Amino acid sequence: MDVRFINPFIAAVKNVFNTMVATQITVGKPYVINASQEPVADVSAVIGLSGDVVGCVVLSLPMQSAMNAASKFAGMDLTPDNPDFADALGELANMIAGQAKSNFTGFNVSISLPSVIIGREHVVSQSRAKPRLALPCESPLGTFHVEVVMVVNKPSAQQAPAAATV
Amino acid sequence: MKILLVDDSRTIRNIQKNVLGQLGHKEIAEAADGVEALKAIAESKPDLVLIDWNMPNMDGITLVRKIRETDKALPLIMCTTEAEKSRVIEAIKAGVNNYVVKPFTAETLAEKINTTLAKLTAAAAAH
Repeated sequence: MDVRFINPFIAAVKNVFNTMVATQITVGKPYVINASQEPVADVSAVIGLSGDVVGCVVLSLPMQSAMNAASKFAGMDLTPDNPDFADALGELANMIAGQAKSNFTGFNVSISLPSVIIGREHVVSQSRAKPRLALPCESPLGTFHVEVVMVVNKPSAQQAPAAATV
Repeated sequence: MKILLVDDSRTIRNIQKNVLGQLGHKEIAEAADGVEALKAIAESKPDLVLIDWNMPNMDGITLVRKIRETDKALPLIMCTTEAEKSRVIEAIKAGVNNYVVKPFTAETLAEKINTTLAKLTAAAAAH
């Protein structure tokens, strides 16, 4: 994966949580996920990417972080048995993916509707053919991570977004 | 004034409802996709519609085009994560009156709604 595609995701995570959840996020150093080190989560909100960039974005949280984030975003206490819980986390993932891809200048990218997986310590299995990066996030709501799995599907692509910091 | 909120996320609709409530709007209807929205528009004749882009069954851009086939005047505001210039242009060509990018602050949403309504009121007064 071209690391220059990661900066838009870092900016998007910070902006979405700051604007919609009134929460400051600290994003740690991104790391490559390998098969022997699959991250586990209790809640994962998945958005597919298609077009000139193919892959997905996964917002993965421990249960307490997920309840904190969903509740603060929605302005009411939300637990996993409430349908609005998955709705809120899916929408956060949607905004992160949507804002990030809008900074892929010169690339035509579509995002899917969100799917939300709820289950204790699950793994979101991904194709090993695509590079996978995790963005570790810390906040007053708890820790979580955003996983970015993507390949550029535009043979003539020379232009990439924002300069690399990773 | 009747306002219709079209978004597949109930959380977003609730946030929009809160902002509209703060602006004094109380007659608010909701739809979760374009199909529901067309039915709601036919039944309740809203004065303003906020429309998400990515939704199941019928997306927002298709909904805008369908509305504009029969109604050129109904104020439409697209409220979406789709922030690319090409998407904004596509939406404007389809007939939206204003565009709000998610994530949005309450102030931004309120300002876009007020601006849209003020422009349309001024245009109506000029005719």
